[in-house]
Amino acid sequence: MTSTNLAYFSNDAIYACLVIFTIAFFSHTYEVSWAMKNVATNDKTEFDFSKTQRAGRIGTAMMTLGFIVLAVAVITRGFSAHRVPWGNMYEFSITGALMLTAAYLFAFAKYKVRWLGLPVSISVLLTLGTAITVLYRPSAPLVPALKSPWLAIHVLAAIISGGVFLVANLVAATFLIMERYELKGGRPAWAQRIPSLDSLDQLSYRLIAFVFPLWTFAIIAGAIWAESAWGKYWGWDPKETWAFITWVAYAAYLHARVTVGWRGRRAAWLCIFAGSTFLFNYIYVNIWGTGLHTYSGL
Amino acid sequence: MTINKSEVPDIGLTGLIRWAWRQLTSMRIALILLMLLGVAAIPGSLFPQRNQNPQKVDSYFTTDPTIAKWMDRLHLFNVYASPWFSAIYLLLFISLIGCVLPRTFHHLIAIGKKPPLTPRNLDRMEGYRVVSTDSEFALSVAKIWLKRHHFRVRVEGNSISAEKGYSRETGNLMFHLSLILILVGVALGSLFGMKGEAILNVGDRFINTPTSYDNITFGKFQGQGSLVPFSLTVNKFVATYDPVTSEPSNYVLTTSIANPIGTPAKPIIIKVNKPWTSGSTKVYLQANGYSPVVTVRNKAGNITFKGPIIFLPQDSNLSSLGAIKIPDMTPQIGFIASFIPTAGSSQARGIFSTYPEVLDPRLVLSAWQGNLGLDSGNPQSVYSLDTSAMKKIGLKALTLGSTYDFGLGSITFDGWKSWVNLQIVDDPGKMFALYGAIFAILGLLISLFTRQRRIWVKVGDGVEIAGLAKNGIPGLEEELTALSRVLSEAKGESE
Ligand code: HEM
Repeated sequence: MTSTNLAYFSNDAIYACLVIFTIAFFSHTYEVSWAMKNVATNDKTEFDFSKTQRAGRIGTAMMTLGFIVLAVAVITRGFSAHRVPWGNMYEFSITGALMLTAAYLFAFAKYKVRWLGLPVSISVLLTLGTAITVLYRPSAPLVPALKSPWLAIHVLAAIISGGVFLVANLVAATFLIMERYELKGGRPAWAQRIPSLDSLDQLSYRLIAFVFPLWTFAIIAGAIWAESAWGKYWGWDPKETWAFITWVAYAAYLHARVTVGWRGRRAAWLCIFAGSTFLFNYIYVNIWGTGLHTYSGL
Repeated sequence: MTINKSEVPDIGLTGLIRWAWRQLTSMRIALILLMLLGVAAIPGSLFPQRNQNPQKVDSYFTTDPTIAKWMDRLHLFNVYASPWFSAIYLLLFISLIGCVLPRTFHHLIAIGKKPPLTPRNLDRMEGYRVVSTDSEFALSVAKIWLKRHHFRVRVEGNSISAEKGYSRETGNLMFHLSLILILVGVALGSLFGMKGEAILNVGDRFINTPTSYDNITFGKFQGQGSLVPFSLTVNKFVATYDPVTSEPSNYVLTTSIANPIGTPAKPIIIKVNKPWTSGSTKVYLQANGYSPVVTVRNKAGNITFKGPIIFLPQDSNLSSLGAIKIPDMTPQIGFIASFIPTAGSSQARGIFSTYPEVLDPRLVLSAWQGNLGLDSGNPQSVYSLDTSAMKKIGLKALTLGSTYDFGLGSITFDGWKSWVNLQIVDDPGKMFALYGAIFAILGLLISLFTRQRRIWVKVGDGVEIAGLAKNGIPGLEEELTALSRVLSEAKGESE
């Protein structure tokens, strides 16, 4: 295939992903809403989950399929431009969506958190939708400043961290919603199968403890690259500044948990705050910010 | 932190200092300082910074001088060098040292020590359970199991106290000590480093002395004589562009460098991600652009100026803007000029550039006569013309090789050269920062993924076991369950 064909193929795969993740989203929604209906008609405290089991499985199958097709889309995009597919914000976005799905599948395999599929599929759909409509750019070679092995290392580490941060945020948000229900007298039927508050709390901590070193590494790799590209390993460029702020926020989260003993609601809010600094960096600084990083293009 | 009023008066000055020191080096204050550092970094990313974007700072001063003046007083245009930002990180630095050094000391002692004694009442500890088993074997079975699972074991009478995960604290300390190393590296760089820029046309020779630079700054303790004594000749510069998007795809600068001056020059290629290095000094390719070459003649036909003039790129297709100043004619002559590498034109925009490479160049000139203002004492930009005392006498777009007769003389568009902006940096601290960063990650990994816990086993009526997971790290339950299973199976064996 020629480069142009490959690029088109990649775009088609992204459209296919939009369909697949939409199915995943509806499957997960069905799983949830059926349980709700169940309680309305039967008014029981025990639920028959076997009816929604299949919808849930379809959801998981679609998430897996979506992951594979998205991976193909990202890889062919890279081949079409003869480089790693991280040259502009469109490419960061589709790779970010891929990493978010990967983080979900990892968390699902390890902790059986199928319910997370609902918020994850919405987030992936939103990311891919904005990517292909607003951020799309034709496939092209890299600008000289991006031509470096550090691009792959730094950006991959940052995108993986971002995916996991977002999943941790979704978990923390779920914690807050479930806690609210429980304080008001109990969870609704659809939320019965979401893990206990304690496990949600632990899960978001584990995810963050797992990627914090990787995020630290992403920043350091960025600094090493900046040293070879710009002559300065740290220049308080807006992107760097916000990466640092995110790092500080997560460091504060880990300290608050480990040394001060924060748990539950306060920890969840701190987690969400830290995750928001990451999103802010990605959205605001890339689009409206000025600085050396913006050459990566929208 | 609540200050108890009755506490303060009777502790005296040394007491007060000791109290303040204890507060400063407490985890809580360190955390607050850390958060504060994050918050303090924000304004610098929202407002333009003088060292990154001076033009934008100036525009704040022209649009609203009073507010800009106040912002300036609060150092909002220079956040990362401001007293308040420095104060936060200095305090954090001190806090870090005050916190980590004593802990390192304690840890070194603790490593050589046995685990603390088994507490009297195990039933108050985590995961407490009683396993019924044969008491004779239980203790040795537990000991073997614990040793195999990397616990440090202390047997005292009928009880075992075991602990593992000392490396958590080791990693933790390594991480925090590495942060100090990074800060030392940063400090060394800013005190003993130097940074400068030079713009050179292809063909120019650069000699590394302070006067050759367009701008140069030295660290506080860096002498001017300490520059690496090299000379560099710009032989060739090639930029390639993507024909579809017009984006640059490669820049290659070919130079010859003699280091030190006088030795035979070696050919060196410098690219954007490939600086030339000598010791802790590096030479980077930063930016590039075009210098149109012109010849200006007076009415008599004598050359009053000849050569390339550096123009600044204005857009991604490298339309470039500059000023040509001829002080040696009477009246003085100046041109505001734009260089268009590949000309296109439209009704709405006039002449503009359609591609960054030079394929069909134009030099668009507006000619002025009068006083260039060079003697006024005010520093002037070489890229713009001060037309306050001048009069416009004509406008012309030149193709390559053509000449414009502006009445008082003529100007010929002879050709063009590329220029490159070299950034030359000496940062003797960066290796410290790099090693600090590597050790910080290693320490972080060790400390985050080591599980520190204690397990106690006490033999009496049945075997009591319990544990303590430091910092509530999960996994203790599983380990206790595994141990109790081993113990209850051991009973089967002895029967
Ligand atoms: C500057 C950024 C800092 C970062 C990113 C950071 C990061 C961390 C992390 C990730 C841990 C968790 C290790 C564990 O699980 O035990 C930790 C623990 C700790 N940090 Fe920091 N730290 C920073 C600054 C400080 C400062 C300034 C102090 C001292 C005043 C400090 C004192 C401690 C102590 C005492 C622990 C051990 C807590 C314990 O295990 O009980 N840290 N730090």
